[in-house]
Amino acid sequence: MSLQHSRGYQVVLAWFESKGLTPFVFQEETWQHIVQGHSGLVNAPTGCGKTFAVFLGSVINFINENPQEYKTRSGNRLQLLWITPLRALAKDIGRAMTEVVEELGLKWKIGIRNGDTEITEREKQKRQMPEVLIITPESLHLLLAQKNYPEIFKKLRTLAVDEWHELLGSKRGVQVELAVSRIAHLMETYHPASEKTFPLSVWGISATIGNLDQAQEVLLSPLLSKIHHPPVIVKALIDKRIDIESVLPEEIEKYPWAGHLGIKLVHKVIPIIEKSRTTLIFINTRGMSERWYQEILNVAPHLAGAVALHHGSIDRELRLWVEEALHSGKLKAVVCTASLDLGVDFRPVETVIQVGSPKGVARFLQRAGRSGHQPGEQSKIYFLPTHSLELVEAAALKTAMGLNFIESRDPMMLCFDVLIQYLGTLAIGEGFYPDPLFEEIASTYCFRDITENEWNQILHFITEGGEALQQYDEFRKVEVISGLYKINGRRVAMRHRLHIGTIVSDAMMKVKFMSGGFIGVIEEYFISRLKPGDVFTLAGRNLEFVMIKEMTAIVKKSTARKAIVPSWNGGRMPLSANLGLMLRKKFNEAWLVAEGKMVPDVELRALKPLFELQQQLSHIPKEDELLIEQIETADGFHLFVYPFEGRLVHEAMAALLAFRISRITPITFSFAMNDYGFELLSDQPIPVDDSNVYELFSVNELSLDIQRSVNGAEMARRKFRDIAVIGGLIFQGYPGEHKKTRHLQSSAGLLFNVFSEYDPHNLLLRQAHHEVMEQQMEEGRLRNMLERVGKSRIVIVFPQRLTPFCFPLKVDSMREDLSSEKLEDRVKKMQQQLSKG
Amino acid sequence: MHSPFPHKILNQQFWLTADRTLFWEQEKALVVSDLHFGKTGHFRKSGIAVPQSVYKEDLQRLVAQIQHFQPEQLIIVGDMFHSDANKELELFLKWRSDFPNLQIQLIRGNHDILNEEWYEKAGIYLSLPTFTMNRFHFVHDITDLPGAGLSPAASTKTGVSYFFSGHIHPGIRIQGAGRQSLCFPCFYFGKQYAVLPAFSRFTGVALIDPDDEDQVFAIVKNAVMRLQ
Repeated sequence: MSLQHSRGYQVVLAWFESKGLTPFVFQEETWQHIVQGHSGLVNAPTGCGKTFAVFLGSVINFINENPQEYKTRSGNRLQLLWITPLRALAKDIGRAMTEVVEELGLKWKIGIRNGDTEITEREKQKRQMPEVLIITPESLHLLLAQKNYPEIFKKLRTLAVDEWHELLGSKRGVQVELAVSRIAHLMETYHPASEKTFPLSVWGISATIGNLDQAQEVLLSPLLSKIHHPPVIVKALIDKRIDIESVLPEEIEKYPWAGHLGIKLVHKVIPIIEKSRTTLIFINTRGMSERWYQEILNVAPHLAGAVALHHGSIDRELRLWVEEALHSGKLKAVVCTASLDLGVDFRPVETVIQVGSPKGVARFLQRAGRSGHQPGEQSKIYFLPTHSLELVEAAALKTAMGLNFIESRDPMMLCFDVLIQYLGTLAIGEGFYPDPLFEEIASTYCFRDITENEWNQILHFITEGGEALQQYDEFRKVEVISGLYKINGRRVAMRHRLHIGTIVSDAMMKVKFMSGGFIGVIEEYFISRLKPGDVFTLAGRNLEFVMIKEMTAIVKKSTARKAIVPSWNGGRMPLSANLGLMLRKKFNEAWLVAEGKMVPDVELRALKPLFELQQQLSHIPKEDELLIEQIETADGFHLFVYPFEGRLVHEAMAALLAFRISRITPITFSFAMNDYGFELLSDQPIPVDDSNVYELFSVNELSLDIQRSVNGAEMARRKFRDIAVIGGLIFQGYPGEHKKTRHLQSSAGLLFNVFSEYDPHNLLLRQAHHEVMEQQMEEGRLRNMLERVGKSRIVIVFPQRLTPFCFPLKVDSMREDLSSEKLEDRVKKMQQQLSKG
Repeated sequence: MHSPFPHKILNQQFWLTADRTLFWEQEKALVVSDLHFGKTGHFRKSGIAVPQSVYKEDLQRLVAQIQHFQPEQLIIVGDMFHSDANKELELFLKWRSDFPNLQIQLIRGNHDILNEEWYEKAGIYLSLPTFTMNRFHFVHDITDLPGAGLSPAASTKTGVSYFFSGHIHPGIRIQGAGRQSLCFPCFYFGKQYAVLPAFSRFTGVALIDPDDEDQVFAIVKNAVMRLQ
């Protein structure tokens, strides 16, 4: 059908005209595809009407099918399923859609379903589904856990996945893939294959990433065998202008220290806040956002009431209030984390401040796009460094954005933990038959390479519980009754439902006042280190820890001036390869500047004193050089290496290098890394010099050496935490449950030990090791790096004291151990050292 | 088996093993704590697929210890069973019938929630809160005894009697140069009481912070090492 002549198009166009607007070309293009029943991907920057591209397409379709009675038909069942990664987005999008529907005179209802949805609302939805349902991936899986869920999708025409670039590359993205495969298959059972077009259009909506084609393939993979028209990509050719400005400190500290400088620059932030209507201040960690919020109010008390705090640990009521106030322009500034990263359309926002490194070009672009939301307006973003070296990143970001050098998002492959969870989900609802389901699952991109053997192991795991003492076992989870796999135990089902939401969250603990008020949630890990009487901050308040009771941290208000700021694990993104490359170029420029061969940009000019000190004590690496510094301090013997490849690759590289050195001589290291480099620290001299350094960085036997060193460093242990939670091995408890649930609690570390020792071939354990290789170690990236190093010159220097480059590594870093010494020898040695001290 | 580590308290000879047991030579008693039998079964019954071989090996280790020391009695300082009865405990009962002459004395811990008939049938003597033998008292959680070895108002004077306890699954972290750190399960011996390591391998540890005059023995793989 031609779009232009369709009733639906005319109605929608008239609506546009009544607002004095005209549709964008990419919107019309998308409508055309949706009307023809095609599936695809829309690529548009935020704030450019990408929601309307897909939503109105679905509206046009409906009007075309009901040209006479589109205004009177109600109770049309679910027409459009809208998947969004963030709860915060749902409300906003729902509001925009409701407005349109009302103005067009449609009798459509727009419903929202996520963890925040009230039970009464859910019940209402159960009786009658709205025409549009906005849902998170977790809540969609919870729908699939209901009996009779196939009925819900019977009339579904359009499935949209918003912010697909955010979901892609995460386990929640895998949840989306699985749900799409399920719903697509249901469609086939409702509509005979003889119908000319497949009844469901699936659309991803994505910001620009380096691998758009792959992003489309991942989402639509389950449809490929069903649809007749190849999937499309619609691009919005809208050029949004972005203005970047660095906030320069008055004085450059020559010894940078992460997090330290940022807060000192708070006085420079106040004028920025004052001169724009609303400012979003992005902080990388929740912990630092708490500090920033406090500090802004300390410096500018007159802003009290006009500044708010928004992050994932804050109580939902409060978050909703902040979002509401942002919309209505009541706030001058909001200090936030990635919690406000995604396409929320806060029109009053004129300015964005990024505090600390955004770690990647794409993320920086995304955050910049939060400002100047009206089409045609320009975005304004300030970069505020948390240590002086980060200014180089600002310069690198500017160059990268000029070149449109944006990162790819790699999809996750073979996530068995998510699959195990999904099978449990289906087993609670309708149950499943393994053979047809295997085909369906293998149609997703994530599980395209799953073998029958792996599939059988998974089935064995959920029905028999892996290794068991035959007659003394009572494992009970999924039961097989005449071929149907089903969970019948009420408790098992209840626990499973509670687990579905766990893909995002760490082990979180509720925080409540003694008097009962709920404040928010906080990592169990943080609470476990507190003693009663300790004071910490959450949601901008100082709280005194009283005790833990039934999985809840009980606190009371505190008037103490000093408080511990929780260090959350979330938000620790590694530097992207793209930004790393740009950084190396910038350091090369810094060297050229130092040699007087180049005129610096404003950031590099500001950093001149630091670079001069670095050059004087050590060396500034050129683009084709790798710098290694060896320094002896009271702590021991340090080896600093600066590949600028991001924390994760450095972690892997450190483990690898430590392993290779430890083959030369029995030696024990602890290592530290940040986004610029890594450090090996030992109590004895580290035997690295010109004679062996190229060999130590060689690509030969890389895979083998990684595996050996991973074992030594036990990185998999940390990965296993998430996997064990998602795979349903760790039960996090829930309120109001009686005492015996405590008998089901165990830590991921303990389970990791038990599995490693007693069931080493366990699928989830293997996945942990695999994820370490793929993501943690980023083997591909590591290999590229070593190949690059192989072609460059390695410069080893022996500075007399700590250099500007190594200081951040020395002061704050995460540490790992790797040892080739016998455990018992290590203990003896440590003791001797202790007694010496 | 690695050779056990000798330790003397109140002129009595004890042997500490890397299998997390303590043998009392004069009384021919094997002392263990926190066995958590049936834990894997409890998890599995709830659909959490932990390998059952941990439990099997725990039982086998206990057998090996009994065969090695030939004790007349087994003193369990609490948390012998993890939770409700389940099939795994049937395996225990079968094992129990192989040692009819072994006297088992259990000081009930917070996990020991089976009914009394069950213990009686299994030939296990119960006591709560303490069990006493030759100037030595056994208690599951030392903090349950107000004043016992914990405060200056202790009812027992140093050198007159001594407590053995369990419950916390003690572990010790040691640190060295190069910011290295390691963590091990351990035996803790204070002035007036000891805390035994958890026998079960399906248990974690809680780090302890000993005073200088306390004695700590870490279990480093197959050996017991004195740390302080």
